Amino acid sequence: MSALKIKKGSSQHSAYNLRPTFSDTVESHTLAVIVDNEPGVLARVIGLFSGRGYNIDSLTVAEVDHQGHQSRITIVTRGTPQVIEQIKAQLGRIVVVHDVHDLTVEGSSVERELALLKVEGTGDKRVEALRLADIFRTNVVDSTLDSFVFEITGTPDKVDAFADLMRPLGLTEIARTGVAALVRGT
Amino acid sequence: MTRQMTGAKMVVQALKDQGVDVVFGYPGGAVLPIYDEVFQQNDIRHILVRHEQGAVHAAEGYARSTGKPGVVLVTSGPGATNAVTGLTDALMDSIPIVVLTGQVPTFMIGTDAFQEADTVGITRPCTKHNWLVNDTEKLSDVMHQAFHVATSGRPGPVLVDIPKDVQFASAEYTPPAKATVSHYQPQVKGDMDTITELVEAIEKAERPIFYTGGGVINSGPAASQLLRELVSATGFPITSTLMGLGAYPASGESWMGMLGMHGLYEANLAMHDCDLMVNIGARFDDRITGRLDAFSPGSKKAHIDIDPSSINKVIKTDIPIIGDIAHVLEDVLKVWKARGRKTNKAAVAKWWEQIEEWKTVKCLAFTQEGKTIKPQYALERLEALTKGHDRYICTEVGQHQMWAAQYMGFEDPNRWMTSGGLGTMGYGFPASIGVQVAHPDALVINVAGEASWLMNMQEMGTAVQFRLPVKQFILNNERLGMVRQWQELLHGERYSHSWSEALPDFVKLAEAFGCKGIMVQDPADLDDAIMEMINYDGPVIFDCLVTKHENCFPMIPSGQPHNKMLLGEDASTKDAIGASGAVLV
Repeated sequence: MSALKIKKGSSQHSAYNLRPTFSDTVESHTLAVIVDNEPGVLARVIGLFSGRGYNIDSLTVAEVDHQGHQSRITIVTRGTPQVIEQIKAQLGRIVVVHDVHDLTVEGSSVERELALLKVEGTGDKRVEALRLADIFRTNVVDSTLDSFVFEITGTPDKVDAFADLMRPLGLTEIARTGVAALVRGT
Repeated sequence: MTRQMTGAKMVVQALKDQGVDVVFGYPGGAVLPIYDEVFQQNDIRHILVRHEQGAVHAAEGYARSTGKPGVVLVTSGPGATNAVTGLTDALMDSIPIVVLTGQVPTFMIGTDAFQEADTVGITRPCTKHNWLVNDTEKLSDVMHQAFHVATSGRPGPVLVDIPKDVQFASAEYTPPAKATVSHYQPQVKGDMDTITELVEAIEKAERPIFYTGGGVINSGPAASQLLRELVSATGFPITSTLMGLGAYPASGESWMGMLGMHGLYEANLAMHDCDLMVNIGARFDDRITGRLDAFSPGSKKAHIDIDPSSINKVIKTDIPIIGDIAHVLEDVLKVWKARGRKTNKAAVAKWWEQIEEWKTVKCLAFTQEGKTIKPQYALERLEALTKGHDRYICTEVGQHQMWAAQYMGFEDPNRWMTSGGLGTMGYGFPASIGVQVAHPDALVINVAGEASWLMNMQEMGTAVQFRLPVKQFILNNERLGMVRQWQELLHGERYSHSWSEALPDFVKLAEAFGCKGIMVQDPADLDDAIMEMINYDGPVIFDCLVTKHENCFPMIPSGQPHNKMLLGEDASTKDAIGASGAVLV
């Protein structure tokens, strides 16, 4: 409507902007979601992330209370502060979700991940792999004459670092559990 | 006393215990045991629809017009998939409905059995919650939970999928009083400190506005009453979303009309220029906000909503209050009164002067001239001739829907049934059936476009069979009017597939269905034709031929803020929407 005068206070921006003016710093958050362990519950949580376009970097789930049939889903996700808040609120809406904890803001937490790495090789490489595995305090859970399976537990960074070291030494397979996390203290 | 019964009987018993008096449904192989039980009782009325989508929309109409949950009973496979559109519609508009679907027997699930579909999988994202009941022992408990979830907190659709062997097997019935108490108990009381903060803002506001939505209606009649009290006590202007019409009466002193993309000029400008926006049960939908970075730039925003995920979803809120509208408004009034009923009267009076000035633009003005009926005129006359009646209005989706919202006045909540969030063409006709079932003596009118109406026209059979005197008020422009309007504004007037050719003769169609058809094309005949429709005791298809290329104004073009409205045909509409706005819907 060209005839109408545009009032003072209207936007200075010329480009069309679909997003509101929230902070756009992307943060990584670890969420612990306590749910009723009933069929389809994981699909509900994952479907929420895919349906609304949120990221999942890591996901761990297991029943933690067999009598109460409750599972703990640990999700590592990324987003702007506003998206993280939305994710938590959306998770909270799911009828079978009891609690959503943001371990990243609820004080310091411990995060651990378990990984199994198969490293194949002989000679110096095999010796070096075993030496590094020892430094990283891994367990050797399987051994043949030309391979090891190492079990490592630690933060995702530690697992990454160990995997990077094993790669030139004959890393052929890796299986990771994803992150499990708890808040420190009481 | 333990009561052993079959799963099928349990379903009917649970419905009775939940106070259900009507079920909309369509039978099929996987629900036959339940239909057998429905046959053997008289407490629950069953309305046989002609398509499962119609059943869900009818249940939505029933729910919206009564405040009670609507119930649907359909079979497995196609019965369930046909219900998906209605479920999604109810989810978007927060309508409490309980859908019961049959399923193939448990031992056949996963075998691609006849009429098998992964119903809980398909409907997971379009229900508030759903259940596959694989044990008759759990069935009655789940039924009661389903009603609890559908109606508490932010209402929504739920679905219970019941395999056929579970319907046949027997177990003990759990009455509602003994059902498991769900941990799902949404917070209804708002935080008192935040409510006090809101009251302080109300006391100081110079240019306040109440912006209300469907949440007020969902909260129940008490919420509308409290809203009216708050508005009249403060004297602040009030606007509403499409979904919230009727919560505050259109004849009320502070009413400014609907806001948003096709909202009133004064309402949108007031939203843009206000210094305090109190959002009550609305959700800053993109039809309302327009361009976000220019949305009401100078205002403090309060938001009352029962759903925490609505807060800060798209618009940053300064005063967020999570709770049920009625509970929160009661507390707001209590605190405001206790603090001495203060408002900044001088400033608010000046604000009203500004609003009155905006109103002089008369953004809904139109001229009825010539021998063709303008759609606006048709609705203005419909409004005038039906105003005093015990009236319920449904709509389909498109231009006619916006015109109905603009030109018709709603004095009470639960009188206006429209598909807001999902925008489902084909919603209105079955919804009007649901409304009429709930209110047999009321005047129920579905304002429709001919294209939307054809999407669920099979329900004419339902209306005739159950003697439901629904009035189908079709504004027939032989076009998909809103699509055509956007093509005119956005796509160089290339009207790609937006006209309806080979339309039926609606009068003959009515005769074929065994109801009354009325066709009108001369403005001079319109009043008589509308009176004939109202006075006819039975369903009517009213074919009102209207101008073919009428555009719906005012309009906030996509990608534009509230203060850049298009007002009417005289305005330059050619370059109204830029390339960046064109990607939006």
